Amino acid sequence: MEKDRGHPNRLGIWGWIGGGSWGPDRYLYTLHRITGLGLLFYFVVHIFVTSSRAIGQSAWEESMMRVTGPLFVLGEYLVFVAVAFHAINGVRLVFAELGLGIGKPIEPIYPYRTCLDDQRPWAIGALLLIVALVVVGALDFFVWH
Amino acid sequence: MSNGKVPEQIVFRIRRFAPGRDMEPVWKDYTIAYEAGMTVLDGLWKVKESIDPTLAWRASCRMGVCGSCGMLINGKAGLGCNTQISELATSVVTVAPLSNFPIVRDLVPDLRPLFDAHTALSPYIIRSDSSEQEEPTGEYYQSAEEMESYLQFSYCIKCACCMAACPTCATDPIYSGPVALAQAHRYNTDTRDDGFEARKDVLAGEAGPWRCHFAGECSRVCPKGVDPAKAIQLMKRQLVADALGLRKKRLPAELAKKPDGIERRPDIPEAPAPTV
Repeated sequence: MEKDRGHPNRLGIWGWIGGGSWGPDRYLYTLHRITGLGLLFYFVVHIFVTSSRAIGQSAWEESMMRVTGPLFVLGEYLVFVAVAFHAINGVRLVFAELGLGIGKPIEPIYPYRTCLDDQRPWAIGALLLIVALVVVGALDFFVWH
Repeated sequence: MSNGKVPEQIVFRIRRFAPGRDMEPVWKDYTIAYEAGMTVLDGLWKVKESIDPTLAWRASCRMGVCGSCGMLINGKAGLGCNTQISELATSVVTVAPLSNFPIVRDLVPDLRPLFDAHTALSPYIIRSDSSEQEEPTGEYYQSAEEMESYLQFSYCIKCACCMAACPTCATDPIYSGPVALAQAHRYNTDTRDDGFEARKDVLAGEAGPWRCHFAGECSRVCPKGVDPAKAIQLMKRQLVADALGLRKKRLPAELAKKPDGIERRPDIPEAPAPTV
């Protein structure tokens, strides 16, 4: 239908990355979507791999043999990073969607203050927590074990 | 150099598209002389008047009020009329039509998707006492605090800059977008309105605010400080409260009572008769 109205100009996936402004909240949005899709993919693969136990002991051990090695440890670590980001940023988003940490409606007087300014400390706090988890996770995955 | 920052010559790199002539939009360069105080819109007029009269865009008030001249300026959505070339601090100004809307011609986007979504959310006062609205006998009472709860969102000029910047609008044609949702919240919050239930079907559906994940680009590019992202999050809170049965139900504002015992001064003329 859009074609009938003129030349299509929807940005598509590129619109997640750029296309208007390049604020940090856009990249939190994009990372949230990417990690969400990544976790969904991991979840499907995880179910597929662990379902081999239903076939029998040998099938289970064979599938476990296939998912060992440094590459899979790195993959598991990336899953951990995705979970850390998606969960903590998700909690921040839930709070924002409940109207917490976004301020009240104000008189728009230039230079305009937006809810992003009110949200900034929450976003920074969430990022610091994510970074701390990612660092501890890295130590746990690659140093302590 | 004109003022130490802006070169004397400015290159306008404009994304051109003419239906029937071009298969795809193409970039064309136009060099014009910079003058102090020149806005991007002024530059487009100069290109049209002195180089290429076929250049098309939409504009009207030239003072950031009508919302007609929304365009991508150096990749960022904004109004051509209130963007000074000097503040861009570059000798090449790229101008493109707003993203996420079909291109009618050159810099003219087709904003019908915006207005369709806007219309679907009934952006006007809805009340049961329609006779009072058709033949008003007074004013509905509203306190200053009640007005402040929606006033910020009522400054929207429907320029569509927010929808061009929104990453959800970039991939999701069903999403109503920041303009329509902010306006729906503006009316839902208005104490004179009683239309929450009427709008709820659209708001709670797949076109509603739950497709927003708070990228905040709408608020960042809004030339009027409307902060649509805030309106959308506050609307989500309203919808959650409603789903949990926690939303404060209220009757729409009643007519303001006229003060008792006060006579109209005879030297104050009557208001003119309604024209519509």
